[in-house]
Amino acid sequence: MKDVDDKFLKNPDTEVPLREELRPRKVTTPDGQEIDIDPLRDYFCEAKPKVHPKAYSKIVEDFYNWARANSLWILGFGTGCGAIEMRPLMTPRFDAYRYGIQWRPTPRQANLLVISGYLSVKTLKRAIRAYEQMPQPKYVMGLGSCTINGGMYWDSYNTIKRLDDYLPVDMYVAGCMPRPEALLHGFMELKRVIKEGKGEGANLYAENFDQYKANQKAVIRDWDMPDYNW
Amino acid sequence: MRHILYRLKDRYHLGTPVFQRDDLCFVTVKRFELRAILTELRDVEGFTHLTLLTAVDWIEEQQFQLTYMVNNRVANLTLALRVMLDREDATGDTIHDLWPTAATYQRELREMFGITFPGSPRVDEEFILEGWTDLPPYRRDFDTLAYSQQTYNDRPGRVTHDPKTHMQKTLYADYPKGAK
Ligand code: SF4
Repeated sequence: MKDVDDKFLKNPDTEVPLREELRPRKVTTPDGQEIDIDPLRDYFCEAKPKVHPKAYSKIVEDFYNWARANSLWILGFGTGCGAIEMRPLMTPRFDAYRYGIQWRPTPRQANLLVISGYLSVKTLKRAIRAYEQMPQPKYVMGLGSCTINGGMYWDSYNTIKRLDDYLPVDMYVAGCMPRPEALLHGFMELKRVIKEGKGEGANLYAENFDQYKANQKAVIRDWDMPDYNW
Repeated sequence: MRHILYRLKDRYHLGTPVFQRDDLCFVTVKRFELRAILTELRDVEGFTHLTLLTAVDWIEEQQFQLTYMVNNRVANLTLALRVMLDREDATGDTIHDLWPTAATYQRELREMFGITFPGSPRVDEEFILEGWTDLPPYRRDFDTLAYSQQTYNDRPGRVTHDPKTHMQKTLYADYPKGAK
């Protein structure tokens, strides 16, 4: 649907200055040396993500995929309303642990990022960081209509509408909000997709890295992190 | 509630009070008297709690309305003071020294409405939005639909149904009789 009155034009993109503590500068060390520091480069590796090659034979790759499908470790990162639905999944009523699904506290230990609802631009930045820090092979699941087409936030000035512009999504679960049963079904479907060898989101991200970065930077105006947060 | 207003009326310019309930009243005051009234309400009348501070954009009148809602916990009374500001100038008077929580409201108003409060702590820092360069989003001349269409990509295939006609069609297709 087009806006009926499209007289409003948003500001052309003005640069947002980098925060003071992130700018490259000269500092004097306690022993009197002058050194250059660039906080955005000094602590991060600049290597781009690489495509993960398939195993040398189909049967081995299938075995890997079977193993991957049976250990989905979810990053405990909740955005939007849908994060509420993860709590009943963890507890005995639905007990997702019996499917080899569990929640982990840090991105380094997780391989499934569940975007559980609308993403404001501010949260998108954190979600990208979290996603990039997860080890390969990794998957993204979009929960709820907000991640699919904006849902009820379709006209919001601050929430993105299509998650797959910014992160490679392997599986969507529709609903507003999806019930835990729907989520469980989504996990089962994701397992099937992975077993079929189609859970290639991370490779897609590596292949189209520049495109994804361009999309991300178009909405995250104060980009104050390195291009790849590994 | 009324006797408090009577007491205030002798010394300050009060507009016509609007009673939403017996214990909830809105009244317009003059900007230069706001601080005196708030201080008196807090220290003498027992309105110790600042419930909220928010703004309304009266774009047709070229004015912003600030609403200071204060609450007397003991007597269970809520009084809201309205102050009109010039929309062009958009500068209010900070009350963070009366209620420290007001500083947070003022930061929010600064970001969402562009109303600034000189002297309020950290009022010029970002509050919720990051790297926002457009009009303050709660101003009524900011068109959020147009902005989102110009910023975020749509997924084609989205349809909108008017809930009334849609439900009527799905549930009562032949209502009123013979319509089908
Ligand atoms: S899809 Fe519905 S439940 Fe989920 S985040 Fe959006 S509004 Fe909330």
